[in-house]
Amino acid sequence: MRKFTAIYSRELKYYFRSITAYVVISIFLVLSGYFFFSIFRFYNVLSLQAIKNNDFSGNLNLVDGVMRPVMGNISVILLILLPLLTMRLLAEEKKQGTFELLLTYPVSDLEAVAGKYLSALTIFAVMLSATLLYPVLLLVFADPEIPPIISGYFGLFLMGASFIAIGTFFSSLTSSQLVAGVSTFGVSLLFLIIGWTAPLAGPVLSSILSEFSILVHFESFSKGVIDTKDITYYIFLTGFFIFLTLRSLESARWRS
Amino acid sequence: MIKVEKLSKYYGPVKAVNDLSFEVSRGEVLGFLGPNGAGKTTTMKMLTCYLPPSSGRATIFGYDIMKDSMEVRKRTGYLPEKSPLYSDMKVNEYLPFVARLRGVSRERVRSSVDMAVDSCGLGSVFGKMIGHLSKGYQQRVGIAQAIIHDPELLILDEPTIGLDPKQIIDIRQLIKSLGTDRTVILSSHILPEVNQVCGRVIILDKGRLVAVDTPDNLREKLRKFPVTRVMTLPAAVDVSTADILNGIEGVTGVRETACDGNISNFRVESLPGMDLRNDIARRLVAAGVPLIELRNEELSLEDIFIQLVTEEKD
Repeated sequence: MRKFTAIYSRELKYYFRSITAYVVISIFLVLSGYFFFSIFRFYNVLSLQAIKNNDFSGNLNLVDGVMRPVMGNISVILLILLPLLTMRLLAEEKKQGTFELLLTYPVSDLEAVAGKYLSALTIFAVMLSATLLYPVLLLVFADPEIPPIISGYFGLFLMGASFIAIGTFFSSLTSSQLVAGVSTFGVSLLFLIIGWTAPLAGPVLSSILSEFSILVHFESFSKGVIDTKDITYYIFLTGFFIFLTLRSLESARWRS
Repeated sequence: MIKVEKLSKYYGPVKAVNDLSFEVSRGEVLGFLGPNGAGKTTTMKMLTCYLPPSSGRATIFGYDIMKDSMEVRKRTGYLPEKSPLYSDMKVNEYLPFVARLRGVSRERVRSSVDMAVDSCGLGSVFGKMIGHLSKGYQQRVGIAQAIIHDPELLILDEPTIGLDPKQIIDIRQLIKSLGTDRTVILSSHILPEVNQVCGRVIILDKGRLVAVDTPDNLREKLRKFPVTRVMTLPAAVDVSTADILNGIEGVTGVRETACDGNISNFRVESLPGMDLRNDIARRLVAAGVPLIELRNEELSLEDIFIQLVTEEKD
């Protein structure tokens, strides 16, 4: 446990010392703030029109009109920014040669990977919780439904956790941060859009494709439904890539 | 305490280490000597459990490097070539970090760090960022991280490479002092370094063990013909110095090597095990030849090395 915390706190310190954390968090907040602002403005215009036209007003609510689109956009920003957070985790150690030293310390692969993975997850949790300001603002001025917002945030957290796991895995494969980042982005994007072809595929393939899709499983979270099937999906995806990372570290000893 | 049996390592089709067997006892400073690509680094990587051997086995303090890798890692300190360090950490953060990874108990972290800092002379740079330190100090930090848990075995891969002469002397001194109470294996292709620091030398070439012995014994074994160097001034009487030397019992060959002004230099080979300095001095002086220098030629480790490596090729 002490070895895990040593690695975890070193990584966390690195994020702030190298300004990576500041840059990623601030860009994330600027972009998500912009999305919140523009979506909220649009919702405002829609509400004004709804006052004039009574038929429209029944379908308008702050969760569907503001928070769900905002969360949808946040998931896309995460797709782009999280690989930048994870790409250095192991690739940099490989490049610097410190990876060799790490493997000769009496530290298990799991302790090393867990320390690194959870440090990135912590940064992500910090940046995601900063966006809680948006629903808080809505709460101050209006009366949105709270449960779907909570479940939506839970879904976003699980989604980010799986992106970070994918990133950790690709960082363990190469000594080039660029290769790790681009591969993470590509594979995460694939998991995000894999459901798009589902309507065109046959009945069996269609359900398989949508079961693989990160977006399909996120949908019910954003609607306020916490389904064990969706939680299991994200946990499985995260666990699978962490498992692959551990195997990749193990094979680093064997392949050379 | 370290037993290596028929250790081999392939990188693809290339055999980097070939059937290497040797033993190292407690408290010994052992040097790996060999040209680049001889298999020194690969052997060290296997002993530190970083690379698995392709065949053969090695035990360190009775623990197998494959089966009990964690036990071996706990007891071994390692400084890889080029001393990889986290350049974004300060020395006073890095050493406690390594101590925790090495499993030093919470109460002992501070004293371990102090010990490593004292041994490696890092007091003046303790609060500095590792990336801002000179190469020599970075190398010291590398050694400090290797000894922080007071390991019984210290493995140092080319610890003085890339340092300036003053730093090299300091690091050698440091290694010597570390070697007094623990086992040290170090690799080098700088021969005088191994000669100064190591009690025993293993000479590797193309992954194979060519020779293993103390530097003195290696010298003794390979000195096929003892060589004595003689320097004289011209004699007042007309005598041939070479003839006098040839006439001494036990001399097998005399060659005049160089003539510098009126000083003549001779290389005298004699039968194995003979020291002819006394005879040479008496005979030359008796013949009236002014003798200004007389010494037995020491075979340098370079000579041994070249001799062994070329013999292998023959």
